[in-house]
Amino acid sequence: MTTESPEKLLTPVLSEFWDQPESWTLETYRRHHGYEGLRKALEMPPDDVIAYVKDAGLRGRGGAGFPAGMKWQFIPQGDDKPHYLVVNADESEPGTCKDIPLLFANPHSLIEGMVIACHAIRSNHAFIYLRGEVVPVLRRLHLAVREAYEAGYLGKDALGPGKNLELTVHAGAGAYICGEETALLDSLEGRRGQPRLRPPFPAVAGLYACPTVVNNVETIASVPTLIREGQDWFRGMGSEKSPGFTLYSLSGHVARPGQYEAPLGVTLRQLLDMSGGMRPGHQLKFWTPGGSSTPMLTDEHLDVPLDYEGVGEAGSMLGTKALQCFDETTCVVRAVTRWTEFYAHESCGKCTPCREGTYWLVQLLRDIEAGRGVPGDLDKLDSIADTINGKSFCALGDGAAAPIFSSLKYFREEYEQHVAPRSPGDATARGCPFDPAATTAWADGPHAKTAHQEVKA
Amino acid sequence: MTVTTDAKTSGGGEAPPPEDLVSLTIDGAEISVPKGTLVIRAAEQLGIEIPRFCDHPLLDPAGACRQCIVEVEGQRKPMASCTITCTEGMVVRTQLSSPVAEKAQRGVMELLLINHPLDCPVCDKGGECPLQNQAMSTGSADSRFDGKKRTFEKPVPISEQVLLDRERCVLCARCTRFSNQIAGDPMIELLERGALQQVGTGEGDPFESYFSGNTIQICPVGALTSAAYRFRSRPFDLVSSPSVCEHCSVGCATRTDHRRGKVMRRMAAEDPEVNEEWLCDKGRFGFRYAQRPNRLTTPLVRDPETGELTETSWPEALAAAAAGLTAARERTVRDREADVRTVDATGTGVGVLAGGRVTYEDAYAYGKFARVALRTNDVDFRARTHTAEEAEFLAAHVAGRGLDLDGTGLSHTAVERAPAVLLAGFESEEEAPGVFLRLRKAHRKHGQRTFALATHATRGLEKAGGTLLPAAPGTETEWLDALSGGVGLDERGAEAAEALRAEGSVLIVGERIAAVPGALTAAVRTAAATGARLAWIPRRAGERGAVEAGALPDLLPGARPAGDPGAREQVAYAWRVADLPSGQGRDTGAIIEAAAAGELHALVVGGVEVADLPDPARATEALEAVDFLVSLEQRPSEVTDRADVVLPVSAVVEKSGTFLNWEGRARMFEAALKPDQMTRRHVQPDGRVLHMLADALDVSLALPDVRATRRELDRLGGWDGSRAAAPRHRTRSAPQPGSGQVVLAGHRMLLDQGRLQDGDEALAGTRHAALIRVSAPTAEAFGLVDGAEARVTGPAGFVQLPLCVTSMPDHVVWLPLNSTGGGANRDLGALPGQLVQVGPAPAPAAAPVPGATDASAKKVEA
Repeated sequence: MTTESPEKLLTPVLSEFWDQPESWTLETYRRHHGYEGLRKALEMPPDDVIAYVKDAGLRGRGGAGFPAGMKWQFIPQGDDKPHYLVVNADESEPGTCKDIPLLFANPHSLIEGMVIACHAIRSNHAFIYLRGEVVPVLRRLHLAVREAYEAGYLGKDALGPGKNLELTVHAGAGAYICGEETALLDSLEGRRGQPRLRPPFPAVAGLYACPTVVNNVETIASVPTLIREGQDWFRGMGSEKSPGFTLYSLSGHVARPGQYEAPLGVTLRQLLDMSGGMRPGHQLKFWTPGGSSTPMLTDEHLDVPLDYEGVGEAGSMLGTKALQCFDETTCVVRAVTRWTEFYAHESCGKCTPCREGTYWLVQLLRDIEAGRGVPGDLDKLDSIADTINGKSFCALGDGAAAPIFSSLKYFREEYEQHVAPRSPGDATARGCPFDPAATTAWADGPHAKTAHQEVKA
Repeated sequence: MTVTTDAKTSGGGEAPPPEDLVSLTIDGAEISVPKGTLVIRAAEQLGIEIPRFCDHPLLDPAGACRQCIVEVEGQRKPMASCTITCTEGMVVRTQLSSPVAEKAQRGVMELLLINHPLDCPVCDKGGECPLQNQAMSTGSADSRFDGKKRTFEKPVPISEQVLLDRERCVLCARCTRFSNQIAGDPMIELLERGALQQVGTGEGDPFESYFSGNTIQICPVGALTSAAYRFRSRPFDLVSSPSVCEHCSVGCATRTDHRRGKVMRRMAAEDPEVNEEWLCDKGRFGFRYAQRPNRLTTPLVRDPETGELTETSWPEALAAAAAGLTAARERTVRDREADVRTVDATGTGVGVLAGGRVTYEDAYAYGKFARVALRTNDVDFRARTHTAEEAEFLAAHVAGRGLDLDGTGLSHTAVERAPAVLLAGFESEEEAPGVFLRLRKAHRKHGQRTFALATHATRGLEKAGGTLLPAAPGTETEWLDALSGGVGLDERGAEAAEALRAEGSVLIVGERIAAVPGALTAAVRTAAATGARLAWIPRRAGERGAVEAGALPDLLPGARPAGDPGAREQVAYAWRVADLPSGQGRDTGAIIEAAAAGELHALVVGGVEVADLPDPARATEALEAVDFLVSLEQRPSEVTDRADVVLPVSAVVEKSGTFLNWEGRARMFEAALKPDQMTRRHVQPDGRVLHMLADALDVSLALPDVRATRRELDRLGGWDGSRAAAPRHRTRSAPQPGSGQVVLAGHRMLLDQGRLQDGDEALAGTRHAALIRVSAPTAEAFGLVDGAEARVTGPAGFVQLPLCVTSMPDHVVWLPLNSTGGGANRDLGALPGQLVQVGPAPAPAAAPVPGATDASAKKVEA
């Protein structure tokens, strides 16, 4: 990358007109080439659409990075069964905040992408499984779907004469596990959301035991522009293996948090440069590349290209590109404890390692933070995380283990400080040496002192 | 299955063709297994035991507990061996050769125990607990967990029968999967999430499954316990004896666990050909009848002065019984000489009712006792609706045929494999639960189609994915004829007619079909016309054996027709007597009628309940009319109340014997409680008592024990002469309800007032609600309201229960036959197929209700 104005690095596609008045309406969308990609796609035979998306190299934006075209290709054709497209909009990972703003500001990009995908996989019924807590987004989605029906993009003959397309928006009931695709399908079918045994994979027996594609919001929303602007344009961004643009969600102790849409492979340093860096007077301590379940990285990794391969080589995962940045005021033990509490709360309970392991981890971490830990606890943490990692039924367990492993890898000393006496003379004073108030947004403000004291009180 | 050493298992099943085998290596040992085999199963074949909790060979894999983790070469993560199928060339390393697998298993075990209360010293499962055992084999001696365990209130009764201790639960989902998959009763489900996940039931919707006890048995920890057994004993204090269930004609293999002469519990034993690993709740929990305080242990003789039964010694009782029977025979001879109008023309003035719960050997003794000691063919085991047509059917189509008889006949496996099954007069879940489980399994595994000729679709039929062919009582014959001809059928009927013609289809008739004139004749015809194989599945455990043992008026042992001189000669030779009585014998109904009419002067009655007989009122009259009544019983009954001599006999658990199940499979068993283990006074089986009674009559029955009986049966062998003729009965037109009338229909519920369920309160707590059923138009016509009390009235009285409007033929009312009062037969004075009246229950101010019980009090003990 060059050294010219950092903003030049941005490639706003999905976020192109978020700042327009009523960006979420069909009218605004149409003004910005909305539904042009669909027209082009409907002229192509379905298999060609699949091949086109595959050749463009669009990879899943939900975290795993599986090639979208290949996923579509897995759907058996001519099997006389209904095919379903299910969009995973159950965004609930700590730190992850890209799909919700996208749906809030530009819901039609998803709907257009869904119509194209349904054309490709020959589906007549598509579903959006939306995280239930985000009611304003639910309203906007309902409105957008209604507009699309009225405009004929959905409903009767939407995919051509005699080829109807129904779109159902479903609001989940608030379980992180329902972002796991098979648990999502169970939940969508009206069952308790718990991951299913695979095989059979959703492509063979998904929703209602029929071939089903489950894609992330951003993946599908990227399709219309890809079709409209073409493979070459798409491949002009990012790398050979990770082409295209994507939303990076910058949050935490940064000066200007928000969504930064850029080609895959941009670095955190570049993103921080254009977002004004960390909050004044502070330095980056650790960050997650893609939400709390991707192993954390440190300031050593500022120049890691944020694409699937680059982050993988650095020992983490690109995940959802939720770049949560923590500065030196943050206690890593405290952050990991909060995340682990989240996983324990959200563990579905199906398998032993995740259910019992997170239960135990929380107790240990809370003890360590409160000064009740002993040095042996660190190895215990590591060993429990090892029993969870790779042994649990689904990836939730792996996600719960990731912060433990990575924090112990980079910040073991800090853990040790928590379990060691704080001064040689006083064996009773243990626990967290950090001031939690210092991490707050108001800590450095004009009334810092008072705020600090209030918190302490 | 073939191991690479090419040693075949002894099962003798055909080896799968090589192309259906895959070869893999587990811990360095090579093995070939059929495609689709799970890694954990393949490892078992090599003798490698991978620890597991959620895995169960008869349930769909769950992969929930993660205890069975192994390493598979080429896989990024270790895998749960209970969920992955073997593939060609797979290299698996278990805890024996992989440190990763070993550590994972140890880690999972540690995690399973952090929230487990470790209350093994007071837990029912302690000593036979997979968690305990595998914690020893796979766990660490000490836990590193020193935090706070999650706690729950306990125990939670999820039914009257099953208690849940959520703290002990490892959430393996075996119980919920069993209930969903095997029993089809999704009444328990996992609720909540994370560490708070727990098994639970719906609000006000208890776990009233007929198979709930299996969840206790397959629970790998002590989370599910039996209310009746909880805290009663420790597994290591129990003596386990293999046994066979005495309740229905499936003949499930069981294990009787007893301590100091008292049965503490009964478990399902494994028999893949019969009950797999399952047992219904009646079989599991219904055994306390034999240890009620009122068990008879001493012979009783009625004191001529006081009229009371008084305890007496065996020699005196036997002498009294012999004297009474001899007097009755002598009176008959005198009557005959005096030409009394009511003389017993064919017999000797004594009849024998054996009951349907006898073992094969005991039934044989009853038949032989009647013919040798009493010189009569007046013997019948059928204590239920029966007809001459049925007797002919049994003689022609059932006797002598079966798996362990002539090697033919249907088996559970054949029923499971059948593409289609037609049930007539047979409700599988209520009358033979083991058969129901096969039907449901077949439906789940290969889409078997079940059709039922019945008044309504029962839960059992629905769970087996069955289709109802709605038949008002009495119309079954017409239905069967239509199915065999394939004409005059509606869409569903035509489907059934076509399905039955598929290779391997099965037609099952139950004992209730006997009540329909011409139905058994039509069933034989239908089987012949469609090619479906015919099976008769009676309700009681002893019936099939009693047919074979010749406890019927027209059948001698081994399917020999009593009317055939050659057959009589063979049997007489084996029995070392000059000849056998040749007169036409009476069946149960005729015996009772003759006794009531004064033609028979004495009766010998085995385990027969008056309420079970077709006409309980007439039976009571008969018992009172005879000069002399000998009762062989375990506990006081209406028969012993009227008996002159009561001879106590042993319960199934105290004796050896054989049940022939409906397949004709010999289910031999030894006494679970041996005489030296008894704390109660030891009593003898029916056969031995009859042997002693014959001795007292100066006749040698030569059946001193089971071994002698079996030897004699072996010597007698089968019959190769001509068989009894097939029944040729015609249908009679079904009863036409006049104005205000409906046709009565009904069957018995699995859990009801049956005497073999006496004393099992927890079991009675899971009885299904007793309801009256009519169709919506019928309800409207008679002013009945769904859910409100309705009253069915017959000649003798009425039965009053809540109404459930059900999709069924009009002008038919359905009742559970033995769930309330004195049983529907007695309370109504009417049998299924007969006409009764139905109406709303009168206002509660009405007079006290004799015999009829409020259904909300369905838990009232019999």
